[in-house]
Formats: sequence, C-alpha cells, structure tokens
Amino acid sequence: MTNTNRRNFLKGTGAAAGGLMLGVALPESAKAAGTLYTPNAWVHIADDNTITLLSARSEMGQGVYTSMPMLIAEELNVDLKKIKVAIAPPGAVYTNALLGAQITGGSTSVRDGWEKLRVAGAQVREMLVAAAATRWNTTPDKLTAANGVVTGPGGKRATYGALAADASKLKVPEKPKLKDPKDFTIVGKRIKRLDTPAKVFGTAEFGIDVVMPGMLYASLEQCPVLGGKVKSFDAAKAKAVAGVVDVVQIPDGVAVVAKSYWQAKKGRDALKVEWDEGPAAAFSSASMMEGIRKASADPASKVIPIGKPVGDVSKAASAKTIKAEYTLPHQAHAPLEPQNFTADWNNGKPVLIGPTQFQQGAQGAAAAALGLKPEDITIKTTFLGGGFGRKLELDFVTQAAQISKAVGKPVKLIWTREDDMTHDFYRPQALNQLEAGVDAAGNPVSLKHKVTSQSVTQRAFGLPKDTLDPFMAEAAVAAYEIPNTQHDLVIHDTGHRVGYWRAVSHNMNAFANESFMDELAKNAGKDPYEFRMGLLKNKPRFANVLKLAAEKAGWGKPLAAGRARGIALMEGYDTYMAQVAEVSVTNGKVKVHRVTVAADMGHIVNPDIVEAQIQSSVNFGLTAALKSSITIEKGRVQQTNFDTFEVLRMDESPAIDIVLVKSTEKPGGIGEPGTAVIGPAVANAVAALTGKRVRTLPITRKDLA
Amino acid sequence: MTSFTLNGKKVTAASEPDTPLLWVIRDELNLKGTKFGCGIAQCGACTIHVDGVPARACQTELKSVAGKTVKTVEALGTPAKPHPLQAAWMKFDVPQCGYCQSGQLMAASALLAKNKNPTDAQIDEAMSGNICRCGTYPRVRAAIKDAAATIRKG
Repeated sequence: MTNTNRRNFLKGTGAAAGGLMLGVALPESAKAAGTLYTPNAWVHIADDNTITLLSARSEMGQGVYTSMPMLIAEELNVDLKKIKVAIAPPGAVYTNALLGAQITGGSTSVRDGWEKLRVAGAQVREMLVAAAATRWNTTPDKLTAANGVVTGPGGKRATYGALAADASKLKVPEKPKLKDPKDFTIVGKRIKRLDTPAKVFGTAEFGIDVVMPGMLYASLEQCPVLGGKVKSFDAAKAKAVAGVVDVVQIPDGVAVVAKSYWQAKKGRDALKVEWDEGPAAAFSSASMMEGIRKASADPASKVIPIGKPVGDVSKAASAKTIKAEYTLPHQAHAPLEPQNFTADWNNGKPVLIGPTQFQQGAQGAAAAALGLKPEDITIKTTFLGGGFGRKLELDFVTQAAQISKAVGKPVKLIWTREDDMTHDFYRPQALNQLEAGVDAAGNPVSLKHKVTSQSVTQRAFGLPKDTLDPFMAEAAVAAYEIPNTQHDLVIHDTGHRVGYWRAVSHNMNAFANESFMDELAKNAGKDPYEFRMGLLKNKPRFANVLKLAAEKAGWGKPLAAGRARGIALMEGYDTYMAQVAEVSVTNGKVKVHRVTVAADMGHIVNPDIVEAQIQSSVNFGLTAALKSSITIEKGRVQQTNFDTFEVLRMDESPAIDIVLVKSTEKPGGIGEPGTAVIGPAVANAVAALTGKRVRTLPITRKDLA
Repeated sequence: MTSFTLNGKKVTAASEPDTPLLWVIRDELNLKGTKFGCGIAQCGACTIHVDGVPARACQTELKSVAGKTVKTVEALGTPAKPHPLQAAWMKFDVPQCGYCQSGQLMAASALLAKNKNPTDAQIDEAMSGNICRCGTYPRVRAAIKDAAATIRKG
C-alpha cells in the first residue's frame, strides 16, 4: 500500500482525532542547567551550550534515538557526541505524517523524518546565523555555523548557546536551504548508537525501572479468556498477605496493590476471582480458522479488490491451472520487557511514565478511562524493552492509570510474562488462496490471489466493516509481470483480539506469494531464481536485489551434502529485499545455517543500524518460521511463557550476510521487511531439500515426518 | 533480615526471605540493571553471579544468598573502566532495545572468566539460556570473541 493510503486512512479515524496537544514540554532528563531556548520543537539550546535534540519516535531497539538526531544534526552542524537526546512528549507537531498520529511503527521513522528533521535542523541553523548577523551588523552569507559555533569576519565567534536567546525570538524560516546529500558528513555514516553505553552499563531507564516517590506496585489478575469480565472476587486472603495495601477492581480485572512487586504478586496468587468468560470461551484456533475458510467460500462475503485487476483472469487462456492454499497462525509479540506503566493520579493531573509506541494514544486513552481531558495528562516515554507492535496498544497504560486513581497514589503496574503471553493482541490467522494459469512452458499467464483474514484496523481504529484495510493488502501484489492478475480480500472477524505484529500482513502475503512462485517454478521445471528473473524484466529494483542476494549467496553453486538454498523477494515499506536461506534438516528439525540479504532502501541514514535491523528482523521472523505460534483452546491461549512459546536462541541464530544497495531514492523502512521475507525463503529451501512443500509456518517436525 | 555482599559491599535486605533476589536487588536495593523477563529462568534477563557462578535472580530466593557474594551488571565495569566485554559491546553496537543485555553480559563474563578462548559451540552453550527478542545474537557472538581476544592479550 502507498504511504498516502495509510495516511489518509488514519486521518479518518480516531487515531488522528485524539489528544491534539500544542506546545512543547521538555522531559526532565533533558533539562539543562542553563536557561533553555526552543527555536523549534526539535532543537533545544540552553545558554550553557547544552543542546538537546528531540526524537519524536520511541526507541525500542530500532535506533531512532540515534538516527533521528543524526538527521537534525546534519543540518544544524553539531557534534553528535556533544548533544543530549530526549524522547518527545505528546504534541501535534510530532505527528507521524505517514500514519496520521504520533506513532512509532510501520518502519516509518526515517521515511517520515527524512526531510522534516533536516528542515528542522536547517531552520535553527539559519536562525542562529541570522541572530549572529544582527549582533555583528553583517549579513548571514558572511557567516558559517559549524560544531556548535557561528563564526564571522575578523575572527568573530559565538556559540549556539550564546545566540540561542536572540535566535529563538526570530521567525522560523519556512524553507531553509538544505545540504546537497553529497555534502553530508553525518547522514550515511556508521555513527555509533547514542544509547549503547547506557545499555551496556545497566543504566538505561526502561519503563519497568521507573521510580516515583511513595510509589506502590500492582499486579493485575485478568480473565483467562480475553474479553471476560469480573463476576465477583474475594480479596480476604490477598489482603492478608504482608505488604498488600489494597485490592481494587478495574474494568480489565482485579489489581492487588502492595509495597513491593513481589508482595503484590503473592497477594494476587491468593486472590479468588469468579469470571464471566463471555463468548470467547468457545473459541479455538481450529474453529477460528474454520470460520476464515467459510468466509472465504461464502458467496455472501464481501469481496474487496486489492489494487486494480490487470487484464482479465477469467479470459486468460492457459494450458494448466495450479492452485495452492497457505495459512498462517496467530503469533505473539512477546517483547522481553513485560508490559508495565507507572502512573501517578496526582489529584486529577495524572503523570504517566513508561514504554509506549503511541504517545498520543496513551494520552487519549488514559483521559477517556479517567474522565479527563487529554491535556490534563502528562505522558513521558522511557526506553522500550522491545515493541514489535505490542506497545502500540494502550491496555496496560489505562490499567496503570485506573489503579493509581483507585488508590490515590503513584503505582507501577508490572505484568508477568504469563499475563503478556495470554493477553496479547495477536497477529491474525490468515488464509491465502492462489491460483495460476500457466502456458505449455509453465509460464504464468494469469494469477488470482485471495486473502482472507481478520482486520486489526477495524479493532484498533474503528475501520468500517467491509472496507479495505490497507494493512491487509501489504505485499499482496507481488512484482512479477503476469498479463492477467486479480487480488481480492475477504475480511472475517474471528472475535479474537488481534494486533499489528512486526511486518503485519507482509508476513502472510509474502509467504504465500513467494512459496507459490517456487511451486510454479517447480511445475515449469525451472530454477526458482531464473524463473523469477524471467518475470522481472521491467522491475529493475526488484531484479537487482534478487541478483545481488543470489550472487552473494553463491546461488547455483554446489553446497555441502544435506543442504539446500531457498530464495524470496518482496517490496515493503518502500524497501526492496531479497533473501537466500541455506538450510539442513536433521530428524525433521530445520536448521538455518546462513541467510543472505540484499536490500535497496534508497537513502540510508546509518548503515550499521540498518544492518542491525536486518539481522534483527531475520531472527525475529525465524521464531515464527521455525519455533512457535499461538494456539487457543476454549478461549485460552495455550502458550504461557518462553518454555511453551520458544523463541530463537543463540545456538539457532544463523550467519547473516548483508548487501546494501547504494541509492539516492527516497528512504525506505528497514525494521520490518526482513521478518516477512525469511519465512518463504526458509520454506522454499526446505522444499528444495526434502521435496516437501510446507504451506504453513512454523515448519515443525510433524510437517517433515 | 538477610545479609550478603552485593557488588563488593555488605548489604542487609529486609524483604521476606522467600522473595526472589531479582526483586530485592531491583526494588529494595535499587539497582535496576538486572531485568525481569519471564520469572521462570527461561530468558536470562536477570542473570547475575552468585559466588562467581551465573544464576537466575528470578529463581534465587533471598535467603539462599545469605553470606554469599552477589555481582550484578553495575559492578561489571564503569564508563571509565569498562569490562572488555562492555568495550566490545560498544565497539560492535550490540544492543538494540537493550533490555536483555545486562543478562547477556553477565552470562558472557562468567564464560570468559573460565574460558578465554571459547569456540562457537562453547559460546552457544554458555549463551543459549539468554533470549534476545531483537535477535542481536550475531553481534553478541562477535563481541564475545573480540573481548576474549582482548583478555588474552592481557
């Protein structure tokens, strides 16, 4: 889907309407000793020369704490080693133009900030220079701004701090002059991450580390069936536990509040709650997938076109028809930092501190839950111990706020891992049905692809029923040049709670498209790489990354006995990516030895962070490809912790080779595409090695028995 | 009251003796570097050393460390004098979200304390109890090897 689609879409929903805050408040951590000046919302300069650059995006590992300031610093001409970074508070100025709200997600941070942040830096530079020109009675063209100092004729010199007061009184220039990218000294360089030292010495503050004076701790018992409500509860035994201060009911469950976390947890273990489990108690993974299949087959289901059909699939003459169905299961985000938030009711002017990907949503949701206005609520963002889409959700934020209000004191709510695993917003199940007509040589003349799945956007942002959820269309239309194609979507609400999971629907759609492409190649008796190349004659960016990945991986060259390679290709988030996975199978267990990734993502802000994100997204995808999924029985999630929801570990982590294309195209996102491409690359390698085509993930021993 | 040595200092904790050491360290003694990830010794985010041996603080009761020596990431090194692993972690920019990294560093430092030249298989064995959901494993491995080389050079 295009950026415009996403933006326009979210503009029409509650996301954009919530909490429009004006003005800028600087987080405590970034306050300087001197008097502070704020020429614009991104740059704060104190007269003691402390410069703070704001990141409007949350740092959850993807590197924005470094890449966002890099874009500002490039034009402001300051040394990154001498600045501070703060995560921005909620504010309309910080809206992510690609998503229509102050959200960190969708691999949008650099794409949204690429121009905006350089302009922000250049504006302040021009204001500082203008202030110096006035002070020295000269013109801006005679002055230079570098390394935090403006210099002028005759050795005149003033630090940014010394000019900040004058500069901040000036009108902000609308169209400051930006550098030619060939003159960049920061952007495009392997700059060290600014958050690494704190994360190595154990001093980085995550949500779970927040301390407020007089703070209590809460542990919340929620219904084992999602959506269930409290019928009644007996708090007598919980209250008898040493340290327990109070037991309070909130809409999502019953919270035990104590002087320490462990006392709260012990109190919770002693709590007795009767639940009204609600209709979800009847759900199982099998019944929900059956519902998806029925919706796909039901002539009464609304069929929503994805993109425009090409040619006419009903009239294409073919020698043979090939059909295949692919399914993917629910997945959990499972960020390593369990959900938590710290809230101080503060007599109706609440202060909420914690890990969120959605400041504006946190403010709006807390306001709604507490019966306040968004501007009554202060939100401060800590480092996030992983996000992956889970911390876009606001349940744990409102819970903390409600508990603090109920007890009238600051409270830190900490979920257990079991709470997290069983109360996630899960990646939806999906059914992808593909049908190709091929000619006598096996070349596709027509392709039909029908996606049936559940809409996260209906749940999260109130998307009207039977309208296209653009997130569900991601990567559904592949690059291949086929004369007749048609792509359709059927949206089916299983009733289960679903959320945006790293790479969202790219996962399902690329898995189906790229697995099917290998099936077509096999039918044609062609090499999967050559077969794809033959369908990419006018798609240079796709063809280029496919070629680069194949070359780097030694595609076609002999491998050690018992190994095979698989290849896959996708565009997502404006990034073109191909991967080659090299696998072996021992006693039905797949091992991925090496993954080769080629990516063309346009302009790159920091190649080292890009490589880190590719390593990360591949490994994240491997958990879903080989290790775990979420299953539901009687409305209960069966996986409760990392013993039953196994994630990739060091001994299973492959070597990852990366080729980055040098490009001056507009930047693409890189946090997510790798997660979607690794699944089909592995499935294709397994099929090449064993002859078994597994049309679902994760690939388990059972599939290869 | 339970007394033990924490990062070289004698401390006395008032928490109930069956409290997991993790919460004593974090909330009573206010050292936040040791993290809570799973509570069942599956993820390694809470890895500390008890008498030099890596242990999961979420499954270590306070009473079990009475009289013992406990070390957390806060005592591994300082910005002025980083442990070779911390220096390597910075050289390779290992952390992403960073939440697991204290545990990774404590597991790795226990490995290098007894083996200054670990093979890939030995790194796998020592580190596979530590989950990184961001998947920083390639850099963790590279940084361990780099730090091991630094230590061997003395």
